[in-house]
Amino acid sequence: MLDQSEGYVTADGRQIGGVLMEMKNITLKFGGVTAISDISFDIHEGEIRAIIGPNGAGKSSMLNVISGFYTPTIGEVWYKGAQRPAMKPYEVARMGVARTFQNIALFEGMTVLDNVMTGRLTHMKAGIGAQALWWGKAQREEIENREIVEKVIDFLEIQNIRKTPVGRLPYGLKKRVELARALAAEPSLLLLDEPMAGMNVEEKEDMSRFILDVNDEFGTTIALIEHDMGVVMDLSDRVVVMDYGRKIGDGTPDEVRNNQDVIDAYLGVAH
Amino acid sequence: MLYRTAGQFKTSYAKDQALFPIKQDAFLLGVILVFAWVIFPLTASEFTFQTLLIPILIYSLTAMGLNILTGYAGQLSLGTAAFMGVGAYACYKMITIMPWMNPIVAILLSGVFSAGVGVAFGIPSLRIKGFYLAIATLAAQFFLVWLFEKWAWLYNYNASGAIQVPNLEMFGVYVAGPQASSVVQYYVVLFIVCLLTMVCINLTRGTLGRTWKATRDMDIAAELIGINLMKSKLTAFAVSSYIVGVSGALFVFMWRGAAEPNLFDIPLSFRILFIAIIGGLGSIMGNYLGAILIVGLPVVLNLLPNALGIPIDSATVEHLNIMIVGSLIVFFLIVEPHGLAQLWRLIREKLIIWPFPH
Repeated sequence: MLDQSEGYVTADGRQIGGVLMEMKNITLKFGGVTAISDISFDIHEGEIRAIIGPNGAGKSSMLNVISGFYTPTIGEVWYKGAQRPAMKPYEVARMGVARTFQNIALFEGMTVLDNVMTGRLTHMKAGIGAQALWWGKAQREEIENREIVEKVIDFLEIQNIRKTPVGRLPYGLKKRVELARALAAEPSLLLLDEPMAGMNVEEKEDMSRFILDVNDEFGTTIALIEHDMGVVMDLSDRVVVMDYGRKIGDGTPDEVRNNQDVIDAYLGVAH
Repeated sequence: MLYRTAGQFKTSYAKDQALFPIKQDAFLLGVILVFAWVIFPLTASEFTFQTLLIPILIYSLTAMGLNILTGYAGQLSLGTAAFMGVGAYACYKMITIMPWMNPIVAILLSGVFSAGVGVAFGIPSLRIKGFYLAIATLAAQFFLVWLFEKWAWLYNYNASGAIQVPNLEMFGVYVAGPQASSVVQYYVVLFIVCLLTMVCINLTRGTLGRTWKATRDMDIAAELIGINLMKSKLTAFAVSSYIVGVSGALFVFMWRGAAEPNLFDIPLSFRILFIAIIGGLGSIMGNYLGAILIVGLPVVLNLLPNALGIPIDSATVEHLNIMIVGSLIVFFLIVEPHGLAQLWRLIREKLIIWPFPH
């Protein structure tokens, strides 16, 4: 289904696959307010794609369109070679799109382990009868999925807090647990909404390392929104720049950096 | 010291996920089960069965049903008593239509009817949350009690408007009705309560439990990680109402012996809600602790003046009782807003590391 011919090779020599998701002429309106107007871009398999822009540019709205939380007013979303019909967010998640949130959205009353296990819910199919008796398929599934979850926990180095209730954790760790929950779903496309927001330099370095490792080891396609320009330019393969709901730039970090529109949007321009 | 966990290593995920990963917990449960199955039935008097053991078990079960909905899935409900009523009336009708039916099967089946009614009244939860949902479930409370009164078919058109439990036999022993002995009824209740507690524990620690808790803690995030909120909420209503319905059937058939529609009125709903809140929302054991406090304490307080030889007339005892229970509820909620179960959890944590503070 995928058009492999559209793959490309990055500056550091990694082979990127074909188009995984394509946004075609997306417009999103809330009543009279146009949050996104006529934006098109694509996300290739295996790449790290960043969406940047000043405050209120419509980045988060864009991410919400990708994750199915908003349905675009006009435009088409193509995913894995087929047009995605309007569907509920949970159906999108079941098609392999996982995400983290700008303001942490963990389940505070549950332990880290349980939170990460919720990431596996879409893969667990045992019936209510088997679950009630903790028998057969239900028990098998618990153990199989626990193994996958433990790998993710190990990968993100949160073993020591696995049985701690999430409510007790500091901010930086919560962000990491949220990433773990998204990763546990083994997504085809991972959406990160400001993964470094509110972090100190050390935590940002850790998080950057994890994002690169995820992409490298699991080959996960990642789309992220971030404000820290240094981080974005270092991490991502290609960048979409938005301003006032329009796309003003698209390309490799170097191309974007030298784009006059982008410089104007960020630094301001004399009228 | 007694709660030392050092040296208990888990070598597989199956062992780590066992019901009681700590040996002392399993031992404690064993002791409680021996008391419940052997020692209490051998030693308890008729009075103890009727005022303490049977009602505590039944109320624990009802609170557990409510806890699935409110404590685990986060959907506030004030219609518990009405769903108990559905279970009780369903059981009554099944027994009168099919008198050959095994009473335990009838009781377990009666929950199916209340589950259906619960799901129907749970549909508003898809649009509204919190206190507003509580008001919507209040509609169930008023409507169903009205229905129990007006729909004469439900109570077989008898003049009193009440249902009377007939003598029911199982394997040659009376299990319900005027001729049944308390010990037998206690065992029936204990069997069903143990069975459903097991089911509740398994459901709440597995996939469905995580789905419910995710819905409770943050529904938008839950939907975005792939949880179908409608299914999650409605299964919670179904499972919860099933358990509440079964407990309603037990309430009438194994304890009260008869029921009028207003038995299932709103004070009963509140009583169950208090048990669940004081015991601890989102806990299975809390329901038992809450029921012991709410059901058991008044009985003990009633007996106390007599036992101590203090002459107080019974009306005063009744008033004192209400005051003491009321202030204790306030006290417990201030000390531990998350209920008695949380209090026990903290004690246990402290015991594990005792005598060190950290």
